[in-house]
Amino acid sequence: MALSDQEILSGLGDIIEEIAGVPAADVTPEKSFVDDLDIDSLSMVEIAVAAQDQFGVEIPDDELKNLKTVKDVVVYVQGKGVSA
Amino acid sequence: MTSFQLRTGSPGARILAFGHYQPSNVVTNDDLAKTVETNDAWIQSRVGIKQRRLAGPDETVVDMAVQAGGKALANSGLSPADIDLVIVATCTQEATIPNASAQVADRLGIVAPGAYDVNAACAGFCYALSSASDAIRGGSARNVLVVGSEKLSQWVDWTDRSTCIIFADGAGAAVLGPSEETAIGPVVWGSAGDMASKIFVKDRNSFLFQEGQSVFRWTTTHLHAVAKEACERAGITPADLSAFVPHQANLRIIEAIARKLKAENAVVADDIVEAGNTSAASIPLALSRMIERGAVPSGTPALLIGFGAGMTYAAQVVEIP
Repeated sequence: MALSDQEILSGLGDIIEEIAGVPAADVTPEKSFVDDLDIDSLSMVEIAVAAQDQFGVEIPDDELKNLKTVKDVVVYVQGKGVSA
Repeated sequence: MTSFQLRTGSPGARILAFGHYQPSNVVTNDDLAKTVETNDAWIQSRVGIKQRRLAGPDETVVDMAVQAGGKALANSGLSPADIDLVIVATCTQEATIPNASAQVADRLGIVAPGAYDVNAACAGFCYALSSASDAIRGGSARNVLVVGSEKLSQWVDWTDRSTCIIFADGAGAAVLGPSEETAIGPVVWGSAGDMASKIFVKDRNSFLFQEGQSVFRWTTTHLHAVAKEACERAGITPADLSAFVPHQANLRIIEAIARKLKAENAVVADDIVEAGNTSAASIPLALSRMIERGAVPSGTPALLIGFGAGMTYAAQVVEIP
């Protein structure tokens, strides 16, 4: 069964809290990683690696640079048709 | 079939002492900002470096290795005559012939030891340490001087702000001897030659190139498992470690691996802040400086992990002398 957007968002919030120290509650879909959450490119790589471990979806560097907001990542992960 | 006589070694090997050397020239981030488009805040946030040491124009890899090796030898209480093998880990010599180790031995008064260099890039010290331990246990050496010495500054393009802010010069050394119990855990080593294009020098007239983001991803994806396996093979858990001394590549990589390793009782080496990335020298340099300022207790386990161009990697647990 595929994960819901809410499940991906919640998992992403926990990852971002652990890696970047941003409270998970602040990780909402419209937030920009760079402008709103103050997350730089190296932290984005770490988040991508952790997301791969958790959701089983690889986010290569070429794709990662196009993911600007939290929602972009949720849609990307969802689009790869993950199963829980 | 001919059967030759076997030579038996010591049941175990241990590190007797460390020593280190840093060039006197301190270069701050503000100094670099005068010549390339960068600034202190950016460098500190991306790689964690505040300052680095650079060798003088006439100061060689061998010169620095002699300084560090001499201190390690003095700290060990052994005399040059006790050493019968010298291994220098380096990838930044001025030229590849002759090797560094024979010259280092000669200048330290160590007469006619076995002498060879190891190039496993930034993983070199951990490779050399494992080889030295095996030589003692296998009977081909009794006491070994292992040195990591690097002069990255002569292979860096000082107009390339992606690399010149990172790399630096220095040396660290250890003296190993035989022991009844082994105080150097089994090495976990390996390589990923498919990543060769991520860090390289094209030819003798070229400078060091590094694809930083790919290296960051690879290290933060793979190395915590190597670190954990080195603990398992030594028969301890990460919680037993009093120190974690990874190659001082980038503070962000160090923090990412440490977070996944969960060595909650360990002091995590952050020597890169003041010393920069000194490749194969960084691990013995960092640990020697930690021992010197009393930051880590003698007789307790430290996890070392080197990783770098190749890609190559190696990790082992050692007892702090």
